[in-house]
Amino acid sequence: MKHLLSIADLDADDLHELHRLTDSFVEVGQRPIPKVPTLRGRTVVSLFYEDSTRTRLSFETAAKRMSADTMTFSVSTSSVKKGESVRDTVETIEAMGIHAIVVRHSSAGVPWQVAQWTSASVINGGDGWHEHPTQALLDSYTIRQRLGSLVGRHIAIVGDIKHSRVARSDVLAFTKLGAEVTLVAPPTLLPPNLDGWPVNVSHDLDAVLPKVDVCYLLRMQRERMTEALVPSLREYTALYGLTRRRASLLSTDALIMHPGPMNRGVEIAGEVAEWPNAVMVDQVRNGVAVRMAVLFLLLASEGPVGE
Amino acid sequence: MSSGSGTIVRGGRVIDETGTRRADVAIGDDGQIVAVGPDLDGTGATTLDASGCVVTPGFVDLHTHLREPGREEAETVESGSRAAALGGYAAVVAMPNTEPPIDCAAVVRQVLDAGAAAGLCDVRSSGAVTAGRKGEALAPYGEMAALGVRIFTDDGNGVQDEGLMRRAMEYGRTMNAVMAQHCEIDSLASGGHMNEGAWSSKLGIPGIPAEAEELMVARDIALAKLTGATVHLQHLSTAGSVDLVRTAKAAGVRCTAEATTHHFTLTDECCASYSPLFKVNPPLRIDSDVAAIKAGLADGTIDAIATDHAPHTQEVKELPFDEAPPGMLGLETALALALTELGDLSLEQIVGLLTWRPAAIAGLSDMHGGPVAEGRAANLCVFDPETAWTVDPARSASRSRNNPYAGRKLKGKVRHTILFGTPTVIDGEAQR
Repeated sequence: MKHLLSIADLDADDLHELHRLTDSFVEVGQRPIPKVPTLRGRTVVSLFYEDSTRTRLSFETAAKRMSADTMTFSVSTSSVKKGESVRDTVETIEAMGIHAIVVRHSSAGVPWQVAQWTSASVINGGDGWHEHPTQALLDSYTIRQRLGSLVGRHIAIVGDIKHSRVARSDVLAFTKLGAEVTLVAPPTLLPPNLDGWPVNVSHDLDAVLPKVDVCYLLRMQRERMTEALVPSLREYTALYGLTRRRASLLSTDALIMHPGPMNRGVEIAGEVAEWPNAVMVDQVRNGVAVRMAVLFLLLASEGPVGE
Repeated sequence: MSSGSGTIVRGGRVIDETGTRRADVAIGDDGQIVAVGPDLDGTGATTLDASGCVVTPGFVDLHTHLREPGREEAETVESGSRAAALGGYAAVVAMPNTEPPIDCAAVVRQVLDAGAAAGLCDVRSSGAVTAGRKGEALAPYGEMAALGVRIFTDDGNGVQDEGLMRRAMEYGRTMNAVMAQHCEIDSLASGGHMNEGAWSSKLGIPGIPAEAEELMVARDIALAKLTGATVHLQHLSTAGSVDLVRTAKAAGVRCTAEATTHHFTLTDECCASYSPLFKVNPPLRIDSDVAAIKAGLADGTIDAIATDHAPHTQEVKELPFDEAPPGMLGLETALALALTELGDLSLEQIVGLLTWRPAAIAGLSDMHGGPVAEGRAANLCVFDPETAWTVDPARSASRSRNNPYAGRKLKGKVRHTILFGTPTVIDGEAQR
């Protein structure tokens, strides 16, 4: 595998292989010195055109635990502010001698463009509304860790599906791994056309919750109010928020997940986020191991360098 | 050219609105056709070989972005004229979304002068419907019409305000103006970058629904009925738009319509590459829309094939998909795309869509598109309908390279183009 751009490019076997690799890196993370020399001499660049603390830190931690060198290209302090194009930036970084670029951009498709302009491996760290493949890997890994397998599991993804790269990647990963997915959202927050999506759709969260093994909540962004997609946050919470009352409709071993950052009191009640089966901390912890697995798969195959 | 002896186009099959016949075409030094018939005596004349070729009126494009003034790094009147000549065009109508926009006599004159200086194509100018293309107040049609402007459009944008559009149609009637509309309701389309549908949903790119176009098509048909004005609906892209125009024409509303080559050859699936080369406005739609456009071209609902030739530099076409400007080149591929993709249409229909029908809409029938006959201006295209070739963007005469058809195999190639008796293209090579 040269790049990780989309879950759409992976089949179930690829996902299982990444999960198995992740198992071994979870183990590494539990060691007193959680570091292996696997990627010594490799350089991983974070090219983040959009603010993201957790994804960037997670990738950088993963790279460092594998002894790769890391560089951060921060848009707010860089030549991009002076008008440099993505292509020029990529070609400049490329000339420094690098092996992987993690790209985050607010526009869908930028990682595909970057892949045309570099010989390094490109990892999609989130492109617009489109995909966030490592999030789907860590989400599916977390479910597998807790529930054993995704086969036959029923997962509800609740909230702003339309604008969510997490939802697009999760739907692909969960269904490829054998889960049944139900999207729960008002019509204004669903993609306009779901032809070809292997999902159920519901607008009634109360009816869905008792039937699911996982309730995956998405972040509700405040700007959706100004776009007239929902009348108010208050109404959103009333209809689609995982309130305490609603959470009690879940079966006792159902998982509650969220990609973060959470809006407590909007899509999830503050106390529900603290419930034992709310696994947001596991998601973050597994995120580092998953990204180590991705870096391993993309970069370690060529053998050690710098010997 | 040798002087004093004219030119003879020999051995071709002439197709014009009067029919098809095997004939030579003799052109005098005054730029007029002096004889049309079999085996003409061409003693002393320069001969242009047309064997195996079709001889037609020079093509007329109702929709060309020449980018001058303001965006000369992407195209100039001269470079665009050369691309037009190579595509078989004798006349093009320049769209007004330049910088500054073509919304007054001074800018019209600048464009016309640049076209005359280039001498490769009869460059006509459109004029903006509203001052500055801002959609707020009428532009001065009178001074532009006095320079020959016939088509008024804010192309690039539709005129959003219904009341203003009504006034534009009423006021323009006295100048014999054709109000041409880029049909797009901003409040439905804004923020969109491709067709709204299964692909946009999957790709996570904000979409533009077909209804954003269709609502304005319906509105302008209603306004044409109200005002008695003639409205020309630009670059139809949806099945619903074609149906609306078909119904309006049957009801006697004075409306005409064009479709671009890309809207009958490409679909929104192309955007899956995330290449901004496939970003265009109106956006590429779906298979059933492509089929409807073809059906509209076949049954006469759509009057003309237009290019919407829209050059952009490599830099801006390498921006992220949602930041890149819409538009694609078209002048040099239009004929071949029509011949390759419009298999249900006769050669005569295709020639009509490229020549006499757009010429009539643009008010150019006295010089362009009309019969290939004695006494007419010698604006001609000679093309081989069977020559197969592969699109290579690097070979374009345009200053830009935003051609979405790179590597595509097409049939049909322009051999010679003649502008007022002077060959602008001979054997596929521009003459200046």
